Amino acid sequence: MHGLVNRAIERFVTDIYGRAQWDAIVRTAESPVTTFEPMMIYDDEITMRVLEATCAVMGHARGDMLEDFGTYLVSHPNMETVRRLLRFGGVTLVEFLHSLDDLPDRVRLAIPDLHLPRIELREWTASDYVLICEAALDGFGHVMIGVLRSLADDYGALALLTHEGRSGDVESVSISLVETEFAEGRRFELGARAS
Amino acid sequence: MLDVLCPMHLVLNKTGHVTHAGPTLAKLFDDGPLKGRRFLEMFELKRPHRIQTMADLRRSAGVKLHLQMRQGARLEVKGVAALGPEEGSLVLNLGFGIGIAEAVRSFELTGGDFAPTDLTIEMLYLLEAKSAAMDALKKLNGNLASSVEEAEEQALSDGLTGLRNRRAMDHVMGRLIEWDRPFAVMQVDLDFFKKVNDTLGHAAGDHVLKVVAGIFTELTRDDDVVARVGGDEFVILLPGEPRKDGLDRMGKRIIARLEEPIPFEDQTCRISGSIGTSFFKPGSGQTQAALMDDVDVALYASKRAGRGRQTFYDPALRAAGD
Repeated sequence: MHGLVNRAIERFVTDIYGRAQWDAIVRTAESPVTTFEPMMIYDDEITMRVLEATCAVMGHARGDMLEDFGTYLVSHPNMETVRRLLRFGGVTLVEFLHSLDDLPDRVRLAIPDLHLPRIELREWTASDYVLICEAALDGFGHVMIGVLRSLADDYGALALLTHEGRSGDVESVSISLVETEFAEGRRFELGARAS
Repeated sequence: MLDVLCPMHLVLNKTGHVTHAGPTLAKLFDDGPLKGRRFLEMFELKRPHRIQTMADLRRSAGVKLHLQMRQGARLEVKGVAALGPEEGSLVLNLGFGIGIAEAVRSFELTGGDFAPTDLTIEMLYLLEAKSAAMDALKKLNGNLASSVEEAEEQALSDGLTGLRNRRAMDHVMGRLIEWDRPFAVMQVDLDFFKKVNDTLGHAAGDHVLKVVAGIFTELTRDDDVVARVGGDEFVILLPGEPRKDGLDRMGKRIIARLEEPIPFEDQTCRISGSIGTSFFKPGSGQTQAALMDDVDVALYASKRAGRGRQTFYDPALRAAGD
């Protein structure tokens, strides 16, 4: 797994729960690495063990934990870069949703060896969508729920998100837009810089 | 229609006055509407040079234009003109060049200010993603550099005392010999150290070694290299041409300090030191092994003479030792 993913998990744990919890997770996972370098590639196996250990140590169900992780990626001040890069996807939430198919390619454009699971948006009506995620990582759909819910907030929209289960490597998430201008969203200036 | 397709376009009439301006272009001018202004008063045509008049501009339809705003931030833009539907009219489409990031910042442009087919947003995304990736790489490089430094430091120093180790000493001595620079070498063996270790334990022994390291560091110059080369064996390398009488006094000071009782918990440790010293003289062609052998002969002479003293190497010692 790309170090950026491992590093993001590490920062999620340390920013939200503290360094001591991370140390416990690393011990439980018997991970050979205690601090991940964002620009190095690690064995997928390590990432899986760290995720399992995180659930075990924190006592959270996997789905809840992955959703919190997705929320963290978009809404935590330390992850402002991620939020900004995602917001380049569209001026409105609907435009953003339609840009999701391109997300893995966009990510690869910036970091060629970072491979994201394939995702595809299916539009049922103007306000009802299903997001199909094809991921080896069990629970990737939950990460996307956290990400999308926070981004909806960011755009000032209100969306209902439901995980529709996993079959094989495919998970689907239903998205229902209740309100696209629910609240004043956070500003996004193209020229601003993430600090 | 053009407002959607080309939000940075201008329509000029045959006198060169603006009859319509795209919404994004209008944002660049904060001093009122653009309609009715003379194009050549708003922009200076940098290239091609020959364009001076509207007639020139009409003749340059289809050619890439380099323009500069005459006011404000004097932003440079690119453009292309096409003949308009009415007699003498022109439609110009403008775009930001490489200065896009700057322009977007100064004018607070948003995604909605660009045509959906315009790659500007993608370019800004890449720019930002690239700088984030570069920052991460810079940090990685920094981390790697300090790990290397730490590893090198560890590889060259003795873990217990923090003095240099044999490798470091060999390296420095080898270099001085290679460069044919003068220096002196003192080998100091601790006397009665084994007894401290055996009777008071390893903790006491380790404590004594740390105190001894402190004494050496205190009594030597910054340029001297002090290394622990064995359990209770130390080598001091003194670059330059130290005088024999100076080294003699230095040896006496070291031995006097080593013989001061060293308290450890409720015990007292007593040791001493024997020293053998020799000089490397430029042009002598002496090897490191031969030099260290001389030092060893001198050290052995000190021990044989009853310890707690310094002996300078002399070939006569070899005869005496046999």
